[in-house]
Amino acid sequence: MTAMLSEIAAFFAGRGLPLPLVAVVGVILAGLVFASVFVRLRRPGSDEKAAAKHAELKARIRSWWVMVAILVAALVLGRTAMIVLLAFVSYLALKEYLTIIPTRRTDRVVLLVAYLAVPIQYYWVGSAWYGMFVIFIPVYMFLVLPAALVLRGETAGFLKAAGTLHWGLMIAVFAISHAAYLLAVPTPGSPEGTGAGLLVFLIIVTEFNDVAQFLSGRTFGRRKITPKVSPNKTVEGFLGGLAATTVLAAALAPVLTPIAPLPGAAIGALLAVAGFFGDIVMSAVKRDLGIKDTGTMLPGHGGILDRIDSLVFTAPLFFHVVRYFYF
Amino acid sequence: MSSAISTSSPGRLRLRLRAALRIAFFAAVVRPFLLVAIGLAVRHRERLPKAGPLIIAANHNSHLDTLALMALFPLRQLQHVHAVAAADYFLTNRLLKWFAVDLLAIIPVERTGGKGGRDPLADALEALDRGDVLIIFPEGSRGEPETRQAFKRGIGHIARRRPDVPVLPVFLRGFGRVLPKGDHLPVPFFCDVVIGEPMTGAGEGFIQRLEATVDALARETPSPDWA
Repeated sequence: MTAMLSEIAAFFAGRGLPLPLVAVVGVILAGLVFASVFVRLRRPGSDEKAAAKHAELKARIRSWWVMVAILVAALVLGRTAMIVLLAFVSYLALKEYLTIIPTRRTDRVVLLVAYLAVPIQYYWVGSAWYGMFVIFIPVYMFLVLPAALVLRGETAGFLKAAGTLHWGLMIAVFAISHAAYLLAVPTPGSPEGTGAGLLVFLIIVTEFNDVAQFLSGRTFGRRKITPKVSPNKTVEGFLGGLAATTVLAAALAPVLTPIAPLPGAAIGALLAVAGFFGDIVMSAVKRDLGIKDTGTMLPGHGGILDRIDSLVFTAPLFFHVVRYFYF
Repeated sequence: MSSAISTSSPGRLRLRLRAALRIAFFAAVVRPFLLVAIGLAVRHRERLPKAGPLIIAANHNSHLDTLALMALFPLRQLQHVHAVAAADYFLTNRLLKWFAVDLLAIIPVERTGGKGGRDPLADALEALDRGDVLIIFPEGSRGEPETRQAFKRGIGHIARRRPDVPVLPVFLRGFGRVLPKGDHLPVPFFCDVVIGEPMTGAGEGFIQRLEATVDALARETPSPDWA
């Protein structure tokens, strides 16, 4: 048994993944197994509504399995695979965004230019060209898109087209690419697997906060926090999630990252607040567009933007905190 | 293939080769394209009958509509799925004719009524009698992207003459944004295929019922307008 475990550890170490990281991923997989078994054993209520809820929960856990499996596979395959995976996530998110917003037919070619920004932005990530990575979308695409739009010659709805298009690139591509750049941020002398540890830490803390705020809101929720935007969000849900995420981050930071427990707690609190805002900002967008979910890609979750809405806010903040204070 | 189109009917080997090429085209080009560039969301897939005869009636916005509807079927069933299409459009150019007739196995129909007294619907009815699936776009042409035009009567004629064959109403959303009429460069968007309950083509007001059903299916998916 111990021989097998040490062999497994040696395999992952050979792939640049330190033991604590492998252990944390193992715990998550065990948690998923537990959730699957738990849901399978629990009998759904006899009425139709309870049965639909049970089916939805099952679908949601199945989607979690797929997402975790793909992430773990990319982690094992290495840095390039992870960057390609996150680029694909950005592409899907941008496609979903462009699908739900109204676009003008004249702008079709400009939309292709916007899509082209995905591989280019992730190329800067892959080549670790920090200066280009931080300005390409906020500066260059900010100028290129309206220039391309104006060449199409249609002025009716111009501001809406330019504004919504760039906003989409910022959330779907620029913000998410910060998660990928975590792989390149550690300085050359850092221990192997530091970047992967930072990325896994960010994803776990962000997703845990989503679930914790949801569960705590469902258990203790009384006072609505943003009644007009998202009636399900409560003060109690937010505070409960904040507390749980702070504790988790303090415990997890020293295991996965060079961050000590106390600053880890502060970062956890920051990510909880950021994740909350990412969530309700996407809710506001959906409400403006008159839709419930951004898509149907992930059964039980909705669209891909529904899943990564908090990551849009947590990834850039976490990236800059880490880069400023640690590298 | 009908004798009205080609003077000599192709040999069996040739037909087999075409069927193999069609399967390869869908497996290697159409399905990956629909998966990566589009990301098809099919609602109520369980309503799609496993076997023909069947008439699929869908709204029409793009050349991709036919490919997307054909791709709903398993690869080995493809040889039994035919889109009914305008002869005056698809038979004008040799390349287009090869693509539409030989590769996709469409059934061309004269929009202006048959030449030389031949029943213009003969090929379509024959396919239904063989137990095949017909894909019909009752709007007749693609029209303005993402707007439904009034349905034409052609589908009513087919449905009335084969009253036992179920008609499956289908609503397609998004393909008119991906590749509208007059454009050649596809732009990626997510698209929806909403499948309705099978109807029968018998009785009064069939076309109106079909239009109302497709419009109802359309309301199942949100359309991108500011609320």
